Amino acid sequence: MSQFTLNLLVIGASFALYIGIAIWARAGSTAEFYAANRGVSPVMNGMATAADWMSAASFISMAGLIAFTGYDNSTYLMGWTGGYVLLAMLLAPYLRKFGKFTVPEFIGDRFYSGTARIIGVICLLIISITYVIGQMTGVGVTFSRYLEVSSSTGLWIGAALVFVYAVLGGMKGITYTQVAQYIVLIIAYTIPAVFIALQLTGHVLPQTGLFGTLNASDTKFLATLDQVVTDLGFRSYTGHHQSTLDMVLFTMALMIGTAGLPHVIIRFFTVPKVADARKSAGWALVFIALLYTVAPAVGAMARFNLTATMWPGAETGQTFSQPAVSLEDIQNREDLHWMRNWQVTGLLNWEDKNGDGLIQYYNEAGAANDQLAAVIAEQGLQGNELTTVNNDIMVLANPEIANLPGWVIAIVAAGGLAAALSTAAGLLLAISGAVSHDLIKGAINPGISEKGELFAARVSMAVSILVATILGLNPPGFAAQTVALAFGLAASSIFPVLMMGIFSARMNKEGAIAGMLAGVIATLVYIFTYKGWFFISGTNMLPDTADAWLFGISPASFGTVGAVINFAVAYLVSSATKEPPAEVRDLVESIRIPRGAGGAQAH
Amino acid sequence: MSDRQSSNAYWQANLRLIWRCMIIWALVSYGFGIILRPLVAGISVGGTDLGFWFAQQGSILVFIVLIFFYAWRMNRLDAEHGVDE
Repeated sequence: MSQFTLNLLVIGASFALYIGIAIWARAGSTAEFYAANRGVSPVMNGMATAADWMSAASFISMAGLIAFTGYDNSTYLMGWTGGYVLLAMLLAPYLRKFGKFTVPEFIGDRFYSGTARIIGVICLLIISITYVIGQMTGVGVTFSRYLEVSSSTGLWIGAALVFVYAVLGGMKGITYTQVAQYIVLIIAYTIPAVFIALQLTGHVLPQTGLFGTLNASDTKFLATLDQVVTDLGFRSYTGHHQSTLDMVLFTMALMIGTAGLPHVIIRFFTVPKVADARKSAGWALVFIALLYTVAPAVGAMARFNLTATMWPGAETGQTFSQPAVSLEDIQNREDLHWMRNWQVTGLLNWEDKNGDGLIQYYNEAGAANDQLAAVIAEQGLQGNELTTVNNDIMVLANPEIANLPGWVIAIVAAGGLAAALSTAAGLLLAISGAVSHDLIKGAINPGISEKGELFAARVSMAVSILVATILGLNPPGFAAQTVALAFGLAASSIFPVLMMGIFSARMNKEGAIAGMLAGVIATLVYIFTYKGWFFISGTNMLPDTADAWLFGISPASFGTVGAVINFAVAYLVSSATKEPPAEVRDLVESIRIPRGAGGAQAH
Repeated sequence: MSDRQSSNAYWQANLRLIWRCMIIWALVSYGFGIILRPLVAGISVGGTDLGFWFAQQGSILVFIVLIFFYAWRMNRLDAEHGVDE
């Protein structure tokens, strides 16, 4: 059976499963459409949250980010998991007790202000739309690579599938398809990782293999990797090279940004009880950790395999003991066919600059050690000859690099699609809920009937899918800034306002609004200063380099500073203005205790 | 009034528990994983040091334990203060 047929079968089977679930889980009321009628078990919700959370970026890009930077990018691993501790202790149980449907709704009720609610809606829309574009392009890219269709055709197929289960089932349909998508994506991620860990270290668990001993040389894997990459002029893999302050602030921005993402928060509205919301955050992190503890092993091992492909001597840690891989081998050898496959996509490329028939891969900009300098002089190197290596192929090409069977490749394709589609659906639900519940029912037509709102929710969902697809086909400049924009805004606006709403009974409307505006504006101005106004290239006022950053704080880390500004401004303004009315203080008292969460279901 | 006092004591106990958990949360990630890494660099773990392990594995495992610990202690607190469901 050809690889194409296999891919088609596996992806087709996964899609049939999602559609089957969609038909079974149709939504009949707004409570079902927005919150799956609060009947999802904590373990199921944990699994759905994991799929909702782990996007195309987690599945495809994260291992590559770690592979080519090493220790410094541990910030992603800690940042994208540590937020769940904050969710479990600071937000999820109380918002579940509040018992309504959307994040802006809490902001509006707690701060007795339609203005606060609208600011919440605007932040939610910017965050979720930025985020969803990346998912849609991820769907298109995966389709075009594995099913030989154009990426725009792939995008429309993906959009049609999300349309079926999100419009029919709302939160209920999305929850159960996310559970299925989690299972597909975790299998897809784990199988190649286990095979590769076995090949390199003899460990079944990639998590321990990373710290194990390399079979080929009987030396520690990480020590060998450090040796090999520094031989080639790259920075050591396990070393700490970046600014400590920026690492701390970036990790914090990712953590509080995660806790402030509306599409993650609303998942905790679906469990029956407050105690379930706490427990469910733990289960979500268990399921996320199954991927996040494997990803650093995948990254390190893929980096090692790539290096050992280019320099066969590196396999035993003796980088220059054998000549570099030859052009002839790359073009003919059966086990290197993946290089030819990926060259077609433009994600991998090479060029024999000095015409010696060998492809030498090294860091031409790095601090050349004596050994490397000697090699460069001796072989007359004109520069690094592996001219393009895209981060993303570290996961996508992994099964091919390790020569795994065709069905593994097909499962990885289905897994990449599951990761992108499940996150897209969660984001689209957050977007359509904000439109139908916060804008239409909350502001434009409060008298709308239950049936009317359900219809409005479905129409908003359909329109959101259409808009996301069109933006995915023509990604605007800001789409590449998901980390800075989505996490920066969630960290500087939504997380602080929710936390103060719960933990400070004294916080009033004036403080919350001033805090949100100050946090968001400060963060956006800082990002635009270095990335260009509205991300239009050439309009940045300062170069986007570590030397130009204020105290060495990168634009993507500034969300943490934005959050501090939000807290400080909110505190100052609320101290100077009158305290919130008695009924709001009662609301704060009531969300702090679990008893009575079931009753709030009636809405 | 006694109801409010009980819920106040419950809330204070919750806040103390949150603080304790947050200290551990920060210690394993920002502490051992980043800032204190040089301090624990002497402890070697599989070809690198303890700080690297905390940054790429340990912190995540501790986060999981923390959430379940918090959930378990809160269930007890809920019952003790009569605010459970």
